[in-house]
Amino acid sequence: MSAETAKSSTESDVSGLDYEETELKLGLPGSSRIAGSELERKRGFSETVDLKLGGSGGCNLDYLTAESSDTRSSGAGKLPANKAQVVGWPPVRSFRKNALKSCTYVKVAVDGAPYLRKVDIEMYGGYQQLLNALKEMFSCFTIRNSPNNNERRLVDPLNGTEYVPTYEDKDGDWMLVGDVPWKMFVASCKRLRLMKSSEAVNLAPRAPQID
Amino acid sequence: MKQIKWYACKNPKKNIFNPPSVLFHREASPSIRLLNSKTSPIPPPSSPLREVQFAMLGNGDCDDGNDDRCSLNTCGIAQPNSRPAAAASSLVGLPPPFFDQVLDNVLENVLCFLTSHRDRNAASLVCKSWFLAEAQTRLELFIGNCYAVSPARAIGRFRCIQSLVLKGKPRFADFNLIPLGWGARFSPWIAAMAPSYPSLQRICLKRMTVADADLVILATSFPSFRDLTLICCDGFTTAGLAAIAENCRQLRSLDLIENDVEDDDDDGVDWVSCFPPGKTCLESLVFDCVGCAVNLEALESLVARSPSLWRLRVNDYISVGRLFRLMARAPQLTHLGTGSFSSFDGEGDFRASLESAFMASKSLVCISGFRDLAPEYLPSIYPACANLISLNLSYALITTDQLKPVITRCHNLQTFWVLDSVLDEGLQMVAATCKNLRELRVFPLDATEDSEGSVSDVGLVAISEGCKKLQSILYFCQTMTNAAVVAMSNNCQDLVVFRLCIMGRHRPDHLTGEPMDEGFGAIVKNCKNLTRLAVSGLLTDKAFAYIGKYGKLVRTLSVAFAGNSDLGLRYVLEGCPKLQKLEIRDSPFGDTGLLSGIHHYYNMRFLWMSSCKVSVKGCKEVARRLPHMVVEVIRDRLEDDNSVAMEKLYMYRSLAGPRNDAPPFVKLL
Repeated sequence: MSAETAKSSTESDVSGLDYEETELKLGLPGSSRIAGSELERKRGFSETVDLKLGGSGGCNLDYLTAESSDTRSSGAGKLPANKAQVVGWPPVRSFRKNALKSCTYVKVAVDGAPYLRKVDIEMYGGYQQLLNALKEMFSCFTIRNSPNNNERRLVDPLNGTEYVPTYEDKDGDWMLVGDVPWKMFVASCKRLRLMKSSEAVNLAPRAPQID
Repeated sequence: MKQIKWYACKNPKKNIFNPPSVLFHREASPSIRLLNSKTSPIPPPSSPLREVQFAMLGNGDCDDGNDDRCSLNTCGIAQPNSRPAAAASSLVGLPPPFFDQVLDNVLENVLCFLTSHRDRNAASLVCKSWFLAEAQTRLELFIGNCYAVSPARAIGRFRCIQSLVLKGKPRFADFNLIPLGWGARFSPWIAAMAPSYPSLQRICLKRMTVADADLVILATSFPSFRDLTLICCDGFTTAGLAAIAENCRQLRSLDLIENDVEDDDDDGVDWVSCFPPGKTCLESLVFDCVGCAVNLEALESLVARSPSLWRLRVNDYISVGRLFRLMARAPQLTHLGTGSFSSFDGEGDFRASLESAFMASKSLVCISGFRDLAPEYLPSIYPACANLISLNLSYALITTDQLKPVITRCHNLQTFWVLDSVLDEGLQMVAATCKNLRELRVFPLDATEDSEGSVSDVGLVAISEGCKKLQSILYFCQTMTNAAVVAMSNNCQDLVVFRLCIMGRHRPDHLTGEPMDEGFGAIVKNCKNLTRLAVSGLLTDKAFAYIGKYGKLVRTLSVAFAGNSDLGLRYVLEGCPKLQKLEIRDSPFGDTGLLSGIHHYYNMRFLWMSSCKVSVKGCKEVARRLPHMVVEVIRDRLEDDNSVAMEKLYMYRSLAGPRNDAPPFVKLL
């Protein structure tokens, strides 16, 4: 019947150009928590045509995820990229949406540090970018590449303590970061932990059973 | 006469006289019938200004369901006709000064029993002395739209306010439909109140932009300040919280609910450490929305030295390892927000400790949190379930099986918030156990239109059959049937709030292919107490005809992607006399529909229309005909074109006129 005519003609406007403009204000992937980009998107309403993005964690809303999933090589994008997303629909508050995005936002803990950070691992293209981000985030680390293999460690230059990035997967097992293909890691990682190397010896070894 | 005066002074608090109903009928608000009074009411309004004023007084504010913490008093802001006091007294036949003196004393002593805003507003309309007496004795000031009145005017009239409730942006701001910087700043209000309300004790703000500087002023201006509640606000950081913690020595509650607290983890201030040492009078501390870590030792110490604390809701930086320690220090808690409800960093297994903590907290009636739930910890709450009145699992990704042992123990539950991951089966369990349920909210785990859809008409019907006392429901689903909605309308006749969100736009009844008109029609028809309605799915003008015909008590209506033509809007605007808040998006309503509400807009708090077919021309017409409406056109693109269908219309009655703080993307007509 008149279902189609009931659709507002401005729908396409709503999901049109404006949001590409807003996308720029978020900053590039991998710099999700840099203070500068946060400030940028929250100040200066005079040049602003973007929308309040809400959430305290530099989040992506559904429509932005739809856009940015096109630019990532990841085939694990959950949203059909060609479906026009509508702003603010369904009407779930950003606060709640962000809180439930647990599949891509993971907490990062560092042994000995009293606080947690959160990262959106979907925003990174690979392990190196992730490690770079972690390095920046915790600011005291440098990355040391182990000569033997692809293993990467983070080193605290002050005391030389080596940290090994590990993650907890969906089954609750703690694994070394870097073992599995990146996309699989993104899909299965629940939480990250920078573990002291001395403690990491008991982790699941690199074994062919991990596929 | 002298004797009466003395008596009145001596027992100011006792209800010497009959309750206020002797003086006027509450039900007759806004008109008042005075049984004994010889004073006559103000003549009916004759000018547009009077219309606004009377309308604003006649309609109180409505509760949109999130305001149970806020008082419901409105700001009565009319100026009645001034009448010389002599005119009133000449009717009684007594010398003027004598009569007025007694009357003032009497009035003030009686009026102090009036807490309802409607009664107070009505009382203030009677005559000048009532107006003045009411203004002197009003303690709670409620302003449902911060732009409806200027701070100066409100403060000028009400001199002894102790409690303020102030609301800013319209609700659609929550869904990113209003650009940053639109307004609703708290700054002008706090600047005006700081010198004027020395005995201010409580402030509750909703959807306001609150700067840290504002919080500093607040913290340092009111020595008796006790309660701060911020709901869906933004603009402040932990630095502002630190100012509150440090300076408000009488602080009883600091409740931060779903605010956008703008800290990065790096810059967070250790506000918890700013509370003064020694025993505090803290009763409620809610900070689950604060997005950065808190000083855990300081928090434990604070809880330990706050013997009156009955509500504690922590953020997701609190693991179970810390949670049980907090609980151990506050066994008297009645409301608990559990934080992440998982353990960090391989901290250890705290199941035993946590379960002990829940067993020891015998007073718990309300549990929330579960922001990152580790399922193995869920059984810890079993000991508390039987006493629970309220349970919020809406951030917890749990399955039906995980829900079962919890919900089957919650016989006394009245409020339940949950994710649709529990599926229809989970809702059937709720229906089987929670016979006292009053409020249910089912949120979508995957808030997109194309998702699988976890709950459906099956769940809705089950709830309606099991929870007959239901008063409020918010239900997200992918599809629905008319039959299910009709069933709910028949089973749950106490419904006051019915919000159904069929996430797929324009989705018809998935069994019959029909529009969802009949379902919503049944709701408005059968649920005679309904005051708040949100519609969705495929809807024709018929649905709105039903709403206009039967929705006589509806105060808040939310419409999205619905209707065929201007008729739909007309039905509602002509048919719903109590309508106060109307928010519409993406529906084909145009200028004709808009103009059909001219007779009613002064009675409303606001009208929001976005992505509809309204034009700037139509809006200008409304502005021309209703001089006391503020008509805002909010544009995402800064163009000026009269005839093109515009983006967003937000209009509201106001005694303050067009605001002077509008950003460039807001055009005031």
